[in-house]
Amino acid sequence: MKEISPEATSDVKSVDAVELLSRKFPGSIKPDDRKGYEGIVVDSSKLPEVATAIRDELGFDLLANLSYVDYPEEGVFEVVYNAYNTAVGGKGLTFRVRTSRDEAEIPSLIGVWPGVDFQEREAWDLMGIRFSGHPDLRRILLWEGFAGHPMRKDWREPFYEEDNKPYGTRWPEGQVQRAEMKTPYGMNVQYPGGFKLEGWEPEGEEALYAGLGTPLGIGPDIHQIKTDQLIVNLGPQHPSTHGVFRMAVTVDGETITRLKPVFGYLHRNHEQIGERNTWLQNMPFTDRLDYFSSLANNLAYAISVEKMMGQEIPERADLLRVLMVELTRIQNHYSAIGFLLNDLGAFFTPVLYALTERELILDLFEATTGSRMMCNYMRFGGLAYDLPSYIGGPAIKEGDRERELDTMKFIKGLVYERLPRATDMLDRYLTNNEVLVNRLKGVGVLPGDRAIAYSATGPVLRASGVPYDLRRADPYSIYNEFDFDVAVRYNGDSYDRYLIRLDEVRQSLRILEQVVPRLEETEGQEYMGGKRSYNHRVPAGDHYGHAENPKGELGFHLVSDGGGNPYRYHVRSPSFINLTALEEMCVGHKVADIIVILGSIDIVLGEVDR
Amino acid sequence: MTMTPDDYSDLNNPDIPIPDELKSNIAITTLDRIYNWSRARSVWPLLFGLACCAIEMIATAASRYDPARFGMEVMRPSPRQCDLMIVSGTVTKKMVPQIVRLYNQMAEPRYVLAMGACASGGGPFKEGYNVVDGIDKFIPVDVYVPGCPPTPQALLHGFITLHKKIEGQSIMSVPWYKKGQSEAIPVPVLGPDLIDPRQGELIQAASEGEYSAQFETDENA
Repeated sequence: MKEISPEATSDVKSVDAVELLSRKFPGSIKPDDRKGYEGIVVDSSKLPEVATAIRDELGFDLLANLSYVDYPEEGVFEVVYNAYNTAVGGKGLTFRVRTSRDEAEIPSLIGVWPGVDFQEREAWDLMGIRFSGHPDLRRILLWEGFAGHPMRKDWREPFYEEDNKPYGTRWPEGQVQRAEMKTPYGMNVQYPGGFKLEGWEPEGEEALYAGLGTPLGIGPDIHQIKTDQLIVNLGPQHPSTHGVFRMAVTVDGETITRLKPVFGYLHRNHEQIGERNTWLQNMPFTDRLDYFSSLANNLAYAISVEKMMGQEIPERADLLRVLMVELTRIQNHYSAIGFLLNDLGAFFTPVLYALTERELILDLFEATTGSRMMCNYMRFGGLAYDLPSYIGGPAIKEGDRERELDTMKFIKGLVYERLPRATDMLDRYLTNNEVLVNRLKGVGVLPGDRAIAYSATGPVLRASGVPYDLRRADPYSIYNEFDFDVAVRYNGDSYDRYLIRLDEVRQSLRILEQVVPRLEETEGQEYMGGKRSYNHRVPAGDHYGHAENPKGELGFHLVSDGGGNPYRYHVRSPSFINLTALEEMCVGHKVADIIVILGSIDIVLGEVDR
Repeated sequence: MTMTPDDYSDLNNPDIPIPDELKSNIAITTLDRIYNWSRARSVWPLLFGLACCAIEMIATAASRYDPARFGMEVMRPSPRQCDLMIVSGTVTKKMVPQIVRLYNQMAEPRYVLAMGACASGGGPFKEGYNVVDGIDKFIPVDVYVPGCPPTPQALLHGFITLHKKIEGQSIMSVPWYKKGQSEAIPVPVLGPDLIDPRQGELIQAASEGEYSAQFETDENA
């Protein structure tokens, strides 16, 4: 299915990359020789030129991730980039830039990859690294006026106890004190020394609105008519923003001329809490990233840490992981389609159809993991539990006993009968529906090259004609043992983003049909490799692990100092980065189309804001 | 849950005799009972989701759990049309001004249900620098539903608990029929950290050195 273009360079090893780049930029490139680290270190003055060469000459055209690490002992911040090749797949290239902590400033890469826009703003917001040349370097997850940059290692939150868990107050004696008792305000707040309320003015949102006046230069030219432009805010309390998302939109009549997303209304400090936690304690937190697909998040985190630990996984654990993740993908795509129809005005009926099937999948999750949504199922080396022998069903009639459904029979019923039928049903009811076709076709077009430039991943990228799926491009778990196609559509509009979700559900079902017989063969086998432990030590090093989540590439950039806690825990969130392309997709369309385009991207705010 | 006439029997005041031929048509009750009975069975929640719990709220609103049985299937996105705010998820400092504003905009009688660990007390994210440790620091909460997230069954139990609370109120003492207007809750402000206007004096005192936070001013900021 995947086409390999003749010009594309073959799988470039980072050693070759160093050679190629050092010849071109003598003195600015050196390999990263710290133990456990890979990739190259680039001199910050040459960064845009080197990045352009990496994109154009080495063929790493997708900048998947931008992460930032604080090394206070050395007095440096490090910005880590991971670039991948969408044409041939394979391992990516890691390159990093170092800058002094006192004057943290590096050149912005927004001219090379526009997809770094929000990620650079995040690095400025949370770490305080300036990106020179970034046109709109504002805080993104917090608000203008917030004191400090909280991801720095020397920053302390109001409820600070110790640097690393387990805290002395909780373990081993467990004398837990309420954190509120320790601050004078009785809440989770602190103010910088010398802060006076008298005469103080909040900073407000001038910075946000300042950027909205200038037209973007794309879309139809409507400035000939000389009409007034109006700024409209959508959200954060809005039924169609899929949570607490906000967009500030400039409209000319009904036509959108600018759009700026506003984030942070659900910023729950995953990364900062994650660096206090032990490695395993982060597993339940990953559940709450994309809360529609907690099991897929579990897998992405588990494979990233297992890679660093060099942990082997037994076959049954891998099979169960694939089973759970593909079922997660199916229920996520069902819900996405249902909510997209909500946004179109088909209020709640399609969602009810979608949620009916989702409930059945959640029944299996609940019986297996103990929770419907927050499954916390995977461990480093395997799983927490095997499949249960039966699934409890509700009593139907009065006086009836609770039903006990055989688990394998239940799974087979889902995979072979119920879900294929439900997929066909959604397809039959929706795909040729006149309203749906009229509202989706040609709306929010994102061409393939722009999608790559914006670092879009997942269904958004594949609907734009780029067959890039990490399950094939950089295989993990046991996906290379299964026969399936990478779903791809070529128009890049909202209709294709709707269709590709149905395609992906069908491919997931195809994988599941191959998983089920193997599950029966391996029944009773070990599902946990290595020894069970609460406290894992991970060898020192730096690793970017990623997996194909229902919404796109979920990545974890992890740095270990050899201890029991992650030194750096950065989440590359697909929903967040897919939104970078939102403005370009919306400009020139009508206000009502924003809702449709947003629905077709399928975001979840837990992951956008983290 | 099937409702039978027996369920409504408490509406009838048995002391006043009703002629047999009218028994199926007439009920004699107190104003409080009929007022609370009808209010409790048409609580309209605000269509307002914050985080993970919102998904369980949607699952509850779907056909399997069917809140229409409690007269709660009408969810309105406008606070002016709602009786109940379900705070379904983590309340962040950036979001709390909007939540307080929404609460102020709701017409009385209004109720608040804190759904899940985060809304009740910060939950797993309590230590986070951008997380409010419980919505009850800002607005009064009527029912807390534990869980992370609470299952639909737990949320339905929360609804039933709220009904009981409503049925215990008396028209003579409820605040919304008292003279004058109820006071709006001051909306928090985003400064160097979240500022609750009610804590102004405390913050002022702290800045004058009576309390020194373990906070170091960031020169690079």
